[in-house]
Amino acid sequence: MFEMNATRLRVWLFTLACLIAAIALPFLAPTYYVQFFAKALIMGMLAMALNLVVGHGGLVSLCHAAFFGLAGYVLALLSPRYDAASLLTTFPLAVLSSAAAGLVIGALALRTRGIYFIMVTLAFGEMLFFFFHDTKVAGGSDGIFINVRPEIAVAGRQLLDLDKPITFYFFVLACLVGVVALLTMVVRSPFGHALAAARDNERRARSLGFPIFRIRLIAFALSGGLAGVAGYLAAAQFGFVAPQMLGWHQSATVLVMVLIGGLRSVTGPLVGALVLIGLEEVLKAHLDNWKLAEGLIIIGIVVMLPNGIRQIWPMIFGSSPEVPVDAGRAEAEHAVAEARHA
Amino acid sequence: MHEIALRAECLQKRFGGLAAVRDVSIDVHVGEIHAVIGPNGAGKSTLINLLSGELFANAGEILLGATNITAFAPDRRARAGLGRAYQKTTIFPKFSVHENVRLAAQARSSAPLRMFGGVQSDTECHRRAADAIGNAGLSGRSQVIADRLSHGEQRQLEIAMVLATDPRIILLDEPLAGMGQSEAREIIALIASLKIGRAVLIVEHDMDAVFELADRLTVMQDGGVIATGLPQEVRTHPAVRAAYLGNYGDVA
Amino acid sequence: MDLITVSVQLLNAVQYGTVLFLVASGLTLVFGILGVINLAHGAFYMLGAYLAYWIALMTGSFALAMLGGVLIAFIVGMLLETVFVRLLYGRDHLAQVLLSFGLILVIDEIRQLLFGKDVHAVAPPAWLAGSIQLTDNLSYPVYRLAICVFCLMVAAAIFFVITRTKIGMIVRAGAENREMARVLGIKFDRVNRYVFAVGIALAALGGIVIAPISTVFPGMGDGMLILSFVVVVLGGIGSVAGAAVGALLIGLTDTFGKVFFPSVSSILIYVLMAAVLLWRPSGILGRRDV
Repeated sequence: MFEMNATRLRVWLFTLACLIAAIALPFLAPTYYVQFFAKALIMGMLAMALNLVVGHGGLVSLCHAAFFGLAGYVLALLSPRYDAASLLTTFPLAVLSSAAAGLVIGALALRTRGIYFIMVTLAFGEMLFFFFHDTKVAGGSDGIFINVRPEIAVAGRQLLDLDKPITFYFFVLACLVGVVALLTMVVRSPFGHALAAARDNERRARSLGFPIFRIRLIAFALSGGLAGVAGYLAAAQFGFVAPQMLGWHQSATVLVMVLIGGLRSVTGPLVGALVLIGLEEVLKAHLDNWKLAEGLIIIGIVVMLPNGIRQIWPMIFGSSPEVPVDAGRAEAEHAVAEARHA
Repeated sequence: MHEIALRAECLQKRFGGLAAVRDVSIDVHVGEIHAVIGPNGAGKSTLINLLSGELFANAGEILLGATNITAFAPDRRARAGLGRAYQKTTIFPKFSVHENVRLAAQARSSAPLRMFGGVQSDTECHRRAADAIGNAGLSGRSQVIADRLSHGEQRQLEIAMVLATDPRIILLDEPLAGMGQSEAREIIALIASLKIGRAVLIVEHDMDAVFELADRLTVMQDGGVIATGLPQEVRTHPAVRAAYLGNYGDVA
Repeated sequence: MDLITVSVQLLNAVQYGTVLFLVASGLTLVFGILGVINLAHGAFYMLGAYLAYWIALMTGSFALAMLGGVLIAFIVGMLLETVFVRLLYGRDHLAQVLLSFGLILVIDEIRQLLFGKDVHAVAPPAWLAGSIQLTDNLSYPVYRLAICVFCLMVAAAIFFVITRTKIGMIVRAGAENREMARVLGIKFDRVNRYVFAVGIALAALGGIVIAPISTVFPGMGDGMLILSFVVVVLGGIGSVAGAAVGALLIGLTDTFGKVFFPSVSSILIYVLMAAVLLWRPSGILGRRDV
C-alpha cells in the first residue's frame, strides 16, 4: 500500500514540476523557443487526441490531420479580414465542426475493421484534403491567411488577445491542461474501460452487453473534436492554413509521435510529440536530406521500440524502473498462491 | 412447470445450401439446466450462436421471457438478460480477474458508459463483481491478471463474468472442454449451482456430466431435433439410440 | 452529349480504370497473401514513372524503359521483402503503417537524390504517338488506346495465373483463409517474396504506362495510393476480381464526374465509397463476414 502511494506521489510531483517548468519557460527562454515549444505542445495535443482511438480504442486512424486542419479552416473562414475574430464563438464552432466530421466519418469507417478501417479513414481524410485543395471555398491549394489572431473582447474592451506571444503560449498551456484532464477522466471512467475492453476482445465485450459501435463512435468523435482544439490553435499560431495541414503525411507523423510516446498512457504521446519535433528541428538544422534520416529513424523506432521510448530505460539498465502497480501486486499474489498450492 | 426463460421456435439457419439448423424449437425454464447433445456437426454450436445473436436465423423466432429478441444484436440480447460463456475461453487476458468481472457488472449497471468519475466510484458495480467472483469460487484470486490463471480458473472466470451481468438465462458452450478430471468436478458443481433462480442451457460432449447435471435434454442430429424430454426418457428413446450407436455405442 | 463524345469518355474511363487496376491489384495481392498493409505502394508507382523517364532519356527507347523499369522494380521488391518486409510479418497494423510510412520518406529522398524533384514529360513510343481522327474536330490518341489494350492483356494474364495455375491457387487460398491454407501445408515464405515483388512491379508498371499521358512528378504516388485504397475498399480486400470492379467503377465515376459535375468531381469517388460502405461494408466482392 505504502509503495503504491509513493508511486502516486512521484507521479504527482513530476507532473507539478513539468507544469512549473512550462509556466516559467516564457520568462526564461527567448521568444523563438517559446513559440517552438507552443508548436510542440499543440502537436502533443493532437497526438494525445489521436491516442484515444489508437491506444485506448485499438483503432488505427489515418484521418486525424483532417480534423486538425478542418478546425483551422473554420477559424480562417470565420475570421474577418482586418479584424480579430471572437475566440468565444470561433473556438467552440471549430471544435464542434471537427467533432461532427469525426461523427460522420466514424459512422462510416467504423462499419469496417482492421486494415479496412485504416484505408477508409485515410481515404476520407484525403477527401477533406481535396475538398479544400480543389475548390475555391478557402483559397484552394494556396491556402488562406488569418491576418489578426482571435481575441476575447467584452463591450469593446479586450480581455484576451492571442496576438501577444506570451498570452498565446499560456492559452495553449491552459488548453493542454484541459485536454490532459479530460482525457484522463475519460480513460479512467467506465466509458474508458469499456473502450479498452472492446479493444482487447471485441466479441466478448459485445456479449457482455456493451454497444461497441456506439462506444467507438463516441470516442472517435471526441478524439476528432480534441484534434480540432489543436488545429484551431495551430491555425492561430501560424496565421495561415493550407490543405497540407489536412494531408495524410501529417496524420502518419502524428501516429509516429503516438508510438514513440507509448500507446497506453494519456500523456505519453505528448512526450512523443516533443521528442519527434525536437528531432526534426535538429535534423533540419544539420542535414539537407533530413527526411531520409527521419524515415530511417522512424523505421528504426518501430523495429526496435514497439512500446515507445520508455523501453529505452530497461534496455540500458536491465530492468524496468516502474513495474505497473497492478501487475506487480498480481505477480506477488500469484507467487504466494503457488507457494500455497505446492 | 416453471416459468419459461427462453423459447425458440422453428429456428432455421442455412449456410449456402447446407441447413445447419432446421426447424429447431426449444424451451428453457427457470430453475432448470437444459442440455443440448448430439454428434459432431449436429448443429449445436450454430444453435447457441443463433440464441446469443452472433448468427441471425433465416427463419423462426426467439423470445426472452415475453420479449421477442429475434432481431436484437448480441449486445442488446445481453442487456435484455441473456448471458453467454464461450467454448474457447474468451476473457480480457491483460486485465485482472476483478477488472474482468467488474466490466461485466458495468455492462449491466445503470450508467454503463458514464464518462466522468472513475470506475471505483460505482459501489453497486463493485459489490456485484465481488459477489460473482465469490460465487464462482475465485475469491482469493481477484487481483491476478487473467492470462496467468490456470485453464480451470479461466473457465470459472468466464462464468463469474456471465454471473456479474445478472442474466435470466445462461448459455454455456462446452464448459468442460479440455479439462482434467479434478478441475471438471469443480466446474460441474459450479454449473449445478447456476440454475437457482435462473435458466441454464448447456452444450456439452461429456455424457456423464450431462446426465449428472441436466434436468431436461434435447438431442440434435443433422441440424434437427430428434428427441427432447427428461433424461431417462431420452436415454431410452429409439431415435437417440440409433443416432448414437454409430458413434458412441450406448448413450449412458 | 452525342454518341461520339460518350464513347470517347467511356474509353477514357476504361483506360483510367485499367491502369488503376494494375496498381490496385498489386496492393490487394500483397495484402491478401502477405497480410501486410503497404503504404509505400504509391511510392513505387511514382518510382516507376521516374525510372521510365530516366531510362527513356538514356536509351531513347520507351520499350526499354518499360522493360527496365519493371525489372528494376521487381528486383527492388525481392530485396525489400528479404530485408525489410520481413519486419512487418506478425506485427500489428500500426507498426505496418508506420514502417511503410518511414519507407515512403526514404524512397522520396532517394528519388530526390537520383532524379531531383523536377516535373518531367515522357514521350510515347513513336509508332503509338499519333491520333485517330474520329470526327472533323475530334481525335483520340493512339497511345491511350494502346494502354487500354496493354492493361487488359496484363489483367487477363493476372486472371489466368490466379485461376488456372498452382501458384494462383495458393494465392486464392491465402486470400480466402490464410490459417486454413497454412494448416493444409502451403508454405507462404517462398511465395511471399515473389508476390511482394510482383505487387511492386505492378505498381511500377502502372507508373510507367501512365508517364507519357500524365506528367512525372514527386507527389504522384500519394494520389495513386489513395485511389488504390478506394479501389480495394470498393472491391473487397484480397479479391483481384473485386479490384477490377472497383477500378472500373472509379474510372467511370471520375471521368463522367468531371464531365457532369466538374466542381465536385474530386469528391465523387469518396461519395461512391461511402455508399458502398453503407451498402456492403466488406466491399462489393468481399466476404460478408469481414
